[in-house]
Amino acid sequence: MSAQASLGKAEMAALVARDIPAGAYVNLGIGLPTLVADHLEPGSGVVLHTENGMLNMGPQAHGDDVDPDLMNAGKVAVTELPGAAYFHHADSFAMMRGGHLDVCVLGAFQVSAAGDLANWHTGAADAIPAVGGAMDLAVGAKKVYVMTTMFAKDGSPKVVPECAYPLTAARCVDRIYTDVATLEVTGDGLVVRDLFGITYADLSARLAVKMSDGSASS
Amino acid sequence: MTSICESTDEAVAGVADGSTVLVGGFGMAGMPTHLIDALIRQGATGLTVVSNNAGNGDTGLAALLAEGRVRKVICSFPRQHDSWVFDGLYRSGKIELEVVPQGTLAERLRAAGAGIGAFYCPTGAGTLLAEGKETREIDGRTHVLEFPIKGDVALIGAHRSDRMGNLVYRKTARNFGPVMATAATTVAVQVSEIVEIGTLDPEAVVTPGIYIDRVVAA
Repeated sequence: MSAQASLGKAEMAALVARDIPAGAYVNLGIGLPTLVADHLEPGSGVVLHTENGMLNMGPQAHGDDVDPDLMNAGKVAVTELPGAAYFHHADSFAMMRGGHLDVCVLGAFQVSAAGDLANWHTGAADAIPAVGGAMDLAVGAKKVYVMTTMFAKDGSPKVVPECAYPLTAARCVDRIYTDVATLEVTGDGLVVRDLFGITYADLSARLAVKMSDGSASS
Repeated sequence: MTSICESTDEAVAGVADGSTVLVGGFGMAGMPTHLIDALIRQGATGLTVVSNNAGNGDTGLAALLAEGRVRKVICSFPRQHDSWVFDGLYRSGKIELEVVPQGTLAERLRAAGAGIGAFYCPTGAGTLLAEGKETREIDGRTHVLEFPIKGDVALIGAHRSDRMGNLVYRKTARNFGPVMATAATTVAVQVSEIVEIGTLDPEAVVTPGIYIDRVVAA
């Protein structure tokens, strides 16, 4: 049984950052995944990609550093690091689909036990669908990590046998980082790697998915 | 042959009702706001607009939408915190929407400019956005057949142009500009500065003037 409490957002981000290899080319999705940037080791050589056409993006810009021509995909003003490069949209997404990005970190509404991802559309009749680059990233990056809370506000799990929301991409997720557990998606189902503030038995009872316990604390 | 226009009105002259208009920019970065204002004065209506977003705030593309000139928007990400103009039109059934994954949008434009009849793309396979589209298994992976998006007119923003229409961009304001410049019958560019021939480093030109019809400093 784990003695730790469930993780806060910063702790989740630190956990993801720890698993990003030095020198990797990485795209961080809008929202929670953006926090990962704050936890990358200085000198790790990790290069951040933003789909609106830049590599080696720096931190958020403040004050006099704000330049309306220098935005990230979330349209937040950012900075450039030495060695940055700019390119147009077709190149930026060719880079993605062509398998040149090592890791992308995305948010999720739901992830299935087989690694299907739903993160762009609730399917609600009055929702305005907006996909952005989510499908391209999910299909293109070599490794797709999902970062999300395990349970929705109503308590329902986001890791599910089959996604009820419209899919972003099928069979694309490699790892799921949540506030109570990290899970690997494998050919034999989900393997729980770490647990935070919950026992394997409790997690297993709350998620109606086939999984196995690979955590050290079991 | 590129013509240097004295005014933005001259740069958008002759846009016909019912035209497909490609509009550059990612959010407001690279958005050709002055050309759009001129298009509003010019009066063309029943337009199909192709752009990454469906307008921000009340200026630029949002202002064109608010004037009721746009019949259909083809974009990747209409829904934003400041897309109230589009949201209202969409919810009241006054505008048609085609959502396209961002990379597929860029590549469909690229295909139009590069003389490609159609292409197979893995993005979106098995999702709502591929419904009704032809698919094919290639290397064990489902690909979706995607067709080019050709514009009658493209309105883009760039940093500098010389008098031959050779363009350089600035930072992430480049985004869709270079791709859209290849993909329309008539291409109009607003730039911060027009410089003499021979001033731009030929190695640094991003969009060669062959693609550009009209340039205006605005």
